[in-house]
Amino acid sequence: MTRMLDIVPDRCTGCMQCELACSWVQTGSFAPSRSLIRVSVFDEEASYAPITCLQCDEAWCMNACPVNAIAVDPATGAKRVVDPLCIGCHLCTIACPFGTVFTLPQSGKAAKCDLCGGQPACATACPTQAIVYGESPQAGRWFASWGAKVDRNFVAAGDA
Amino acid sequence: MQRPMGRLLRVDLTSGRIATEDIRPDWQRDYLGGRGLAARYLCAELDPRVDPLSPANRLIFATGPLTGTPVPCGARYMVVTKGALTHAITTSNSGGHWGPELRFAGYDMVIVEGRAPKPVYLYICNDHVELRDAKAYWGQAVGATEDGLRRELGIPGLRVACIGPGGEKLVRFACIMNDKHRAAGRSGVGAVMGSKNLKAIAVRGTGGVEVAEPAAFMKAVWAMRAAMQDHPGRMAFTELGTAATIDMTQAFGGLPTRNFLAGQFEHYENLSGTTIRETRMVANKACFACTIACGRVTRLDPHAPRHLVNMHPRNWKRAGEGPEYENAWALGADCGVGDLDAVIRANWLCNDLGLDPISMGASLAAAMELYERGVIGDDQVEMPLRFGSAEALLRMVEATAYREGFGDEIAEGSKRMGEKFRHPEVFMGVKGQEFPAYDPRAFQGMGVAFATCNRGACHLRAWTPGVETSGAMDPHTPAGKSEWVVIEQNRTTAHDNTGTCMFIGGSGAPLESLAPCTAAVRGIPCSVDDLVRIGERTGNLERLFNLKAGLTRADDTLPQRLLQDAHQSGPSAGVVVNLDAMLPVYYRERGWSEAGVPTREKLAELGLASV
Ligand code: SF4
Ligand code: SF4
Repeated sequence: MTRMLDIVPDRCTGCMQCELACSWVQTGSFAPSRSLIRVSVFDEEASYAPITCLQCDEAWCMNACPVNAIAVDPATGAKRVVDPLCIGCHLCTIACPFGTVFTLPQSGKAAKCDLCGGQPACATACPTQAIVYGESPQAGRWFASWGAKVDRNFVAAGDA
Repeated sequence: MQRPMGRLLRVDLTSGRIATEDIRPDWQRDYLGGRGLAARYLCAELDPRVDPLSPANRLIFATGPLTGTPVPCGARYMVVTKGALTHAITTSNSGGHWGPELRFAGYDMVIVEGRAPKPVYLYICNDHVELRDAKAYWGQAVGATEDGLRRELGIPGLRVACIGPGGEKLVRFACIMNDKHRAAGRSGVGAVMGSKNLKAIAVRGTGGVEVAEPAAFMKAVWAMRAAMQDHPGRMAFTELGTAATIDMTQAFGGLPTRNFLAGQFEHYENLSGTTIRETRMVANKACFACTIACGRVTRLDPHAPRHLVNMHPRNWKRAGEGPEYENAWALGADCGVGDLDAVIRANWLCNDLGLDPISMGASLAAAMELYERGVIGDDQVEMPLRFGSAEALLRMVEATAYREGFGDEIAEGSKRMGEKFRHPEVFMGVKGQEFPAYDPRAFQGMGVAFATCNRGACHLRAWTPGVETSGAMDPHTPAGKSEWVVIEQNRTTAHDNTGTCMFIGGSGAPLESLAPCTAAVRGIPCSVDDLVRIGERTGNLERLFNLKAGLTRADDTLPQRLLQDAHQSGPSAGVVVNLDAMLPVYYRERGWSEAGVPTREKLAELGLASV
């Protein structure tokens, strides 16, 4: 079963503990700008929400990659960048409809959420349980309806 | 592994020269960071007698070793300078995201000196540091400045610390705002920034903060997180914010009302944490790495009177943050205003115009007393400054920020205003700085805490109401207060030096829990005793600065109203502050002479003999 990170925006306080935790696990330093989960702040609307990879069933990043450098982690179903294979062409960063694949400034290679091998650091670090690690059919309530609409448009465009 | 030595950025606005320096390792060892380290630099570089608004004054922004790390509430930076309001050293603390961003850009401190020939702002993006023309932002409010800079520089993640019209107009209690709603609030640091023609410091940093001993560090962080998670203090802060305090101060007759003429406010319930939460709050908001989220995002009642929502087109706003307890008190109870919407709106105005809401409310309260007593007449003010008038509150906040009409008098602070109108007794404060929201007649300990605080009256250097109302002490007698205040001042000062928020102390993570974090982040052993010693050294250093600036024992005093006039009714009726009993004990506990001067032995013991 594919697992994913379910976001509950109402609980988020904008504290950036998730970004700190992610950058720590991924880069070994506390550098929010290198985090693979990013918190958006909408000040006047009094709303904050982190956003990261939804671990799509049919992952566009994976489909777009010309050298098959994005693979499925059998333990979690996470779509993972296999670093030695990545050629740094940026196609996956363009293909992801949610903008959750990034380029690492040092290596020029792609980086995305890999669910930390099954123990996502951001979900552990979040003090308000705004990030819930769960099975994907239950998870993704936030984006489910939006995703369904995008899917329909995509299918419709393909039919025409 | 030891973390590479910290770096500081030195900006001379007069010549436009920008340079980086390594932070002196011996000072880093002795003062850790933040408030203490910046105070050390200030003492070394500044003649304490200079006019705070002259180009000679230094304006220092300093983070601590825990700023930008996941230590709960590791969000803080300090602004250290000679205060425009107090003419003493000041250390104004702020949270939000600006301090961490500065460290991500690779700097622990910024020292600003001189005066720019025309308005400029400082742009820092990692190694790229540049002074840029701020003509487009001069005169703009805080929110508009931040939005404008983001647009101009095209960086969504930009963090901005800036002054509003208050700082530009040299209002003596103007603050420096960052992330729109967070303030380095007190003593007029914003006026110092304005006097330097520096509108803003905009920062983007894409680097990281390194930790010397990661495993030990994360262990210490998670121990703090665990202790705070279910702690009642933490939960109360999250649930009700700081405004919950109003119930306590009201109950003990320690909620100063109408410029300290009363100790209880009849409409206090309108301003309480519960009322704010139930009727105006939309969301909690956290500073960087904060697991408490005491910040309140609020909206006005949609049916609030029109003048509250849209008084002046240039300051129109839909949602904002606050009020905190202090602001609810200063703009509310102290001015006799019990209309929550008016208080919220006044709070937003202070944020956006860059004024310290405590001194703003308290100075207006003093003006209201002058008006009610007939000292200032209707020909001198554009509207009646009656206690309780929401219209006067809102208009005077604006008038003060732009120095229009009588606002020009209020902008000088209530000490100077009171002296000008020959009624100095209306000034309720110490060393030129207005009191925060605790009446020392109800909490004696606050009397000695206010009188001795290095930056004038302040509640964040030793907060006694907690212990005084716990049953362990009698709030109305001086016994034990001075001893407690000395210990607490040393501890909170050390806390400030680390770069974390004061509120973790009341949320289950006292100074003891910061020692292992500090040790691990630097790779240098650090016990709580070391921290307390660092705090004591910092406090003494600040005291030395003030003495050289010309302050004496005579400045460690309280207004006659607190020393002689007791409240007529309420739980604190009949009590005055017995400062004469507390101050000598305080000096003795400090190891100072009877004149309040640190003795030679004390200075030698703290390694300050050469300062
Ligand atoms: S990176 Fe984007 S496209 Fe790839 S799985 Fe995640 S959300 Fe889907
Ligand atoms: S850790 Fe949780 S509360 Fe904090 S920003 Fe991330 S999602 Fe929001």
